[in-house]
Amino acid sequence: MSNPLATTYLGLELSSPLVVGAAAPLSSDPARLEQLEREGAAAIVLHSLFLEQIERDWQEWEHHQRHGAESYGEALSYLPATEPLHLGLDGYLAEIREARRRLSIPVIASLNGSHPGHWRDAAAAVAAAGADAIELNLYAVPSDGRRSGAEIEAEQLAVVREVCAAVPLPVAVKLSPWYTSFGHMARQCAEAGAAGLVLFNRFYQPDVDIETLDTVAHLELSSAIDQRLPLRWIGLLHGRLPLDLAASGGIGSGADVVRMLMVGAQITQVVAALLRHGPGQLRQIQAELIGWLEQHDHAGLDELRGCLSQARCPDPEVFERAQYLRALSSYGGPLW
Amino acid sequence: MSTRQAWIDGNEAVARVAYRLNEVMAIYPITPASPMGEWADAWASEGRPNLWGSVPAVVEMQSEAGAAGVVHGALQAGALTTTFTASQGLLLMIPNLYKIAGELTAAVIHVASRALATSALSIFGDHSDVMAARGTGCALLFASSVQEAGDFAAIATAATLASRVPFLHVFDGFRTSHEIQRVELLDDATLRQLIPADLVAAHRARGLSPDHPVIRGTSQNPDLCFQAREAANRFHDATPQLVQQAMDRFGALTGRHYQLFNYQGHPEAERVLVLMGSGCGAAAEAVEALMARGERVGVLKVHLYRPLAGEQLVAALPASTRAIAVLDRCKEPGSGGEPLYLDLVAAIAEHWPGAPPRVIGGRYGLASKEFTPAMVKAVFDNLTASQPRNHFSVGIHDDVTHRSLEVDPSFNTEAPETFRAVFYGLGSDGTVGANKNAIKIIGEGTGLHTQGYFVYDSKKSGSVTVSHLRFGPRPIRSTYLIRQAQLVACHHWDFLEQFDLLELAAPGATLLLNSPWPPEQCWAQIPERVRRQIQAKGLRVFAVNASAIARASGLGRTINTVMQVCFFALAGVMPMPEALAAIRAAIHHSYGKKGERIVASNLAAVDAALEGLQEITPTSASSAPRAAATADEPAQPLATPAHLEAAPAFVRGLVLPQLQRRADALPVSALPCDGTFPTGTARWEKRNIAEAIPVWEPDLCVQCGKCVMVCPHAVIRAKVAEPVALVDAPEGFRSTAARDPHWQGQSFTIQVAGADCTGCSLCVEVCPARDRREPRRKAINMAPQRPLREQNRSHWDFFLSLPNPERRGLNLHHINQQQLQQPLFEFSGACAGCGETPYLKLASQLFGDRMVVANATGCSSIYGGNLPTTPWSTNAEGRGPAWSNSLFEDNAEFGLGFRVAFDQRQARARQLLRQLASTLPQSLVDGLLEADQSDEAGIHEQRQRVAALRQQLQPQLASEPATASTTTASELLELADDLVKRSVWIVGGDGWAYDIGFGGIDHLFATGHDVNLLVLDTEVYSNTGGQMSKATPKGAVAKFASAGKSTAKKDLGLMAMTYGHVYVASVAMGARDEHTLRAFLEAESFPGPSLILAYSHCIAHGIDMAKGMAHQKQAVDSGRWLLYRHDPRRKHQGLAPLVVDSRAPSLPLTEAMASENRFRMLRYSHPEQARALTREAQQELDHRWDLYQRLAGEGPTP
Repeated sequence: MSNPLATTYLGLELSSPLVVGAAAPLSSDPARLEQLEREGAAAIVLHSLFLEQIERDWQEWEHHQRHGAESYGEALSYLPATEPLHLGLDGYLAEIREARRRLSIPVIASLNGSHPGHWRDAAAAVAAAGADAIELNLYAVPSDGRRSGAEIEAEQLAVVREVCAAVPLPVAVKLSPWYTSFGHMARQCAEAGAAGLVLFNRFYQPDVDIETLDTVAHLELSSAIDQRLPLRWIGLLHGRLPLDLAASGGIGSGADVVRMLMVGAQITQVVAALLRHGPGQLRQIQAELIGWLEQHDHAGLDELRGCLSQARCPDPEVFERAQYLRALSSYGGPLW
Repeated sequence: MSTRQAWIDGNEAVARVAYRLNEVMAIYPITPASPMGEWADAWASEGRPNLWGSVPAVVEMQSEAGAAGVVHGALQAGALTTTFTASQGLLLMIPNLYKIAGELTAAVIHVASRALATSALSIFGDHSDVMAARGTGCALLFASSVQEAGDFAAIATAATLASRVPFLHVFDGFRTSHEIQRVELLDDATLRQLIPADLVAAHRARGLSPDHPVIRGTSQNPDLCFQAREAANRFHDATPQLVQQAMDRFGALTGRHYQLFNYQGHPEAERVLVLMGSGCGAAAEAVEALMARGERVGVLKVHLYRPLAGEQLVAALPASTRAIAVLDRCKEPGSGGEPLYLDLVAAIAEHWPGAPPRVIGGRYGLASKEFTPAMVKAVFDNLTASQPRNHFSVGIHDDVTHRSLEVDPSFNTEAPETFRAVFYGLGSDGTVGANKNAIKIIGEGTGLHTQGYFVYDSKKSGSVTVSHLRFGPRPIRSTYLIRQAQLVACHHWDFLEQFDLLELAAPGATLLLNSPWPPEQCWAQIPERVRRQIQAKGLRVFAVNASAIARASGLGRTINTVMQVCFFALAGVMPMPEALAAIRAAIHHSYGKKGERIVASNLAAVDAALEGLQEITPTSASSAPRAAATADEPAQPLATPAHLEAAPAFVRGLVLPQLQRRADALPVSALPCDGTFPTGTARWEKRNIAEAIPVWEPDLCVQCGKCVMVCPHAVIRAKVAEPVALVDAPEGFRSTAARDPHWQGQSFTIQVAGADCTGCSLCVEVCPARDRREPRRKAINMAPQRPLREQNRSHWDFFLSLPNPERRGLNLHHINQQQLQQPLFEFSGACAGCGETPYLKLASQLFGDRMVVANATGCSSIYGGNLPTTPWSTNAEGRGPAWSNSLFEDNAEFGLGFRVAFDQRQARARQLLRQLASTLPQSLVDGLLEADQSDEAGIHEQRQRVAALRQQLQPQLASEPATASTTTASELLELADDLVKRSVWIVGGDGWAYDIGFGGIDHLFATGHDVNLLVLDTEVYSNTGGQMSKATPKGAVAKFASAGKSTAKKDLGLMAMTYGHVYVASVAMGARDEHTLRAFLEAESFPGPSLILAYSHCIAHGIDMAKGMAHQKQAVDSGRWLLYRHDPRRKHQGLAPLVVDSRAPSLPLTEAMASENRFRMLRYSHPEQARALTREAQQELDHRWDLYQRLAGEGPTP
């Protein structure tokens, strides 16, 4: 009997649309990767290698190796001179190799950066280490008010082009929704060689403490409400671009997966639900998904994929901006 | 034959051989031998095999005594075993050395020889340690150079296996252990040929085994024991020949030939010098120069000192020898001469054919005192006298017992073709590292012989390093500091004022300055005294603003790249294009995979350095134009800094010369004869090392006292004063109305001793008060020091003139009031941002006027007692902590001795008081005997009573003739002060408390005596560079735990609690300061043993030291460090003695660990291990929290 959940993503054969998204707590421990596979993960996107962070890590390493060194006769150094073989890219490559060794499912490497730099070298090394695909995570806070959006987009597209040309692997681009014309950006990614888009990136947002007058960092996991934005854009893009679309953000149940598949997602990436409930949640989502398919008599995912995309849904306008105004005007709840 | 070369120091040369030739290494840190163990541990953690393909077992022990026990045991079990040590560490091994030698066990112990602590500790090199071990039965083989040290490590191993006599392989601490030379390395094939497999097999076969059991280590009776000792004679007798055979075999394999005694000099020498160790290099150089003058002199270098081959020793001397001077690098007070001298006298008496030459002996080079060719000449000159001075010293001026020889400093033997350069660096600015790199570049690029020797500082912050580099076509044997440099580099402008760095500049030399001034202003900014030296010596001066270039290139404060380029540009030791290519290659090699930004920054600095280097020529901009100095103009003496003009004579006479780096010239009479010094000298130093200092904002300040409390250097102080007292305050002196109702109507001020500040900014980090409109602005902020310097000085002086508050009136449980107590621990040389010193300062504030400190060797004994200046100080009445350091291992016992003595003295005083009671007012006697001295008021009143007692007793002394009562009164006067409480504090780090001194601490607890133990727990041996102790937490990387500490931190507090009668507190000032304060007060008031475990962040944790207090808080928030107090007095109230003051852990351990590099490092080197250990640590933490909850009666019962 064929697997009703079988799908493809970036040309990879997956046993289901349940892909573990990039998050350090989920994928930095090889033992946990095996657990995720046992619980039904169809592929795993490893946690991101932050290219700018590599330099900072090395600088920090150098600083601590040198701090206080070679000045006091009894202590010419304060830390052992061990070789940091797993620092930076080398460590990430070792993790890919280890994941590849332990897992039978596809392993997707995630590269994150904000500026042109070592992308090509890093991508080539990642490919050589055995990754099955690459997820490029392009988001950075564009805080420099002297740079135009066009300039930043051009730079990002150059990175996509450079990486796609450098490696024989399929490349997905993970984007934030904060583009003036997101559809245009998505199209250009496809033209630059990307095989897929992951929608959307999600970041720590700062907060402030009004008593201590300090800034604070919060980690808030996504919830179901966060599905709306990717749902809209997957629905808008499905069938219009030669790209596999991955939904990311707020996926926590079988129904969530169905919803995303219906608007056109090829796969869904799960993170917050696993952090909240543990790896077993994958099995739960999978069971719910199978149950739903059986209940609705679907033999495979392609039967429902994209049925509610903008191109195919009964009310295409619902995906467009004006709908927001209508939603407000139809709001019937208490005002205060 | 191997031709592979490396530019390494003696420790590494030895470790590379010893690692490959052993299976077990038992190690323990001690300067200057620690790096050998560190190398071994690092290589083992990488899985590097020894000669036989196995990874040696490297075991850190709790002390050298423990290490020696493991060595003995491993040898008995048939493993090839070694250890590395020095000084007191070797002394702790002596009992086992007798055993190991007595049992004829092959082993080599590598000793970087170091002075023994006598009236003072010294980390520097001499032979007093190994000479103390000369009676053990071990062979003593002395290397005199880095090359020899590496070679002798192998030769000694071959010889010990052949002879079965264990060897001490000795090379001089620092001069050899830390000198960098080009070394021909020994490859595995050579070692295999040198170490016969059958001898290794024989060694293993002698190991204990139940398959062929024997008994060893019996007790013997008088009928046998003597004969048994003699039964081993033939092995010792045979050893010299076996050593020579090993040397010969080594020579055949490597081309480097050694003898037991190497003679060098005139074949018909009349005067011969005999010595051992690194001094042989200077001696050989002097002999060569004197021979060139036609003198018939020679030097005999002793390699094998034990067993002494007297006949060969004598035979190695030319038959023409008429006079011999034997130089010992040790001192044996009260002896008929030092050891080598006496041995030579005996050898000559036994073996010299015919009329023997005259033999005299002397001492040189103690504690790394310089030993130069000029001193060698002085010794030879002495031999020409009709009555040469015997038992002399050379290298110092002994104006007390007049035993020193006169030295002609102009005698110079430096080879003219050798290029010599001296670099003055500041702290860890990269100067030393860059110079080590330059040695390699030049050595590899030119084939020149190279030598690097580095003089380090005893300060842990703002230290001065002096690098001495030689490059030349011939082997460099100059085992002494450079006296005439062709290039002097000054990497920190302020040095020009502070000491005479041009003293070492040869005429016509080059001076390279890191100058903050534009080139056109540079000459005018050079101090007048230095300008005249430049002119007199005809120096060329070059300047570069290395600090600015480094900053602009993105290198921060690290100026090494810039200064290295300038050095190559000026030195001319290799063509500049090649030098630049090598520098750039080194940059790519070092930083290539660390990101292109860091590579680009360094490359940019290289280019900018060349562009920025400018020659400075005299200009008329000089502030005091005078005629240019002439060549014969002597250098003007360094001026006494203005702030020292009013200093005590002791400070001007003994401290100032040290600060100005000219104390080598001080005579013997300048030194105390028993190691006793006045306290409180750090206040005179005024180092001005901080680039930025705290500036107080009165309008924002909430007057909480936190900044004052955490300041590691006691430079931030608060006072309250009547407003009228501030009327004459200097301009800009800040104050504001006191907020505490206790001081209603008074003014409050915080002032900063800017000249003593290290700029750590801990104070800013802990300040809780922000400007609500501009939250970046706190109530205390850092600002550049230089523009504030003058005003700050006047403010500080005025502040000191304000009265300190009456101690009795302060509520010591409120930090804002308590912190007004005068600290009696100030301005130490600890690291900037030190986590230990705030605790010591707090103790000194609370109890300093009645405090006696027993201080274990370690960081706290160095910043607390290392000359030139010391921080323990006194109050206006002249009272303050009395401080002493005995050893590392015995501090608890040492402090217990204080307690027992004080108790005994007080008991005697009370006895005398009772005897004289009828002659004294009853109320006074009762008051003195029944005084409650549990608080400040009680102490004050008792002091008043003692003063009254003195007044009462004084007239009784005047009665004539003396009666029994007079004698009693006289004795009571002597002991009257003992009626005031003595607060005994036993202080040390975790290396002492958890490891080497634990046995003593445990016993001290058992005695129940009233002492206070303060353990400054940095969780590593900080002073020796961060080696693992039993306090090191699981998962942390430390030296000797390169693969991460795999066991949990020892719970010393819990162990102490099990006694039931010990007060125990675990504190972390950065987590909760008021808890720390409360614990100190409780501990001191507890009438029995008290233990305070004080979490101390440390540079060895790999943290931003400015955020040290935040790291302390993270340790507590994660539950890794608990706050608690265990007070046995609570049992009397029906309460559980333990109170857990921490809240339940709120921060995941993994997050707290990730914030410190010592934990992160393991993820980078052994990620699997890191994950496993972190998981285990979290489980253990949870278990410990539950346990403590139950002990405190707050958790679920099991």
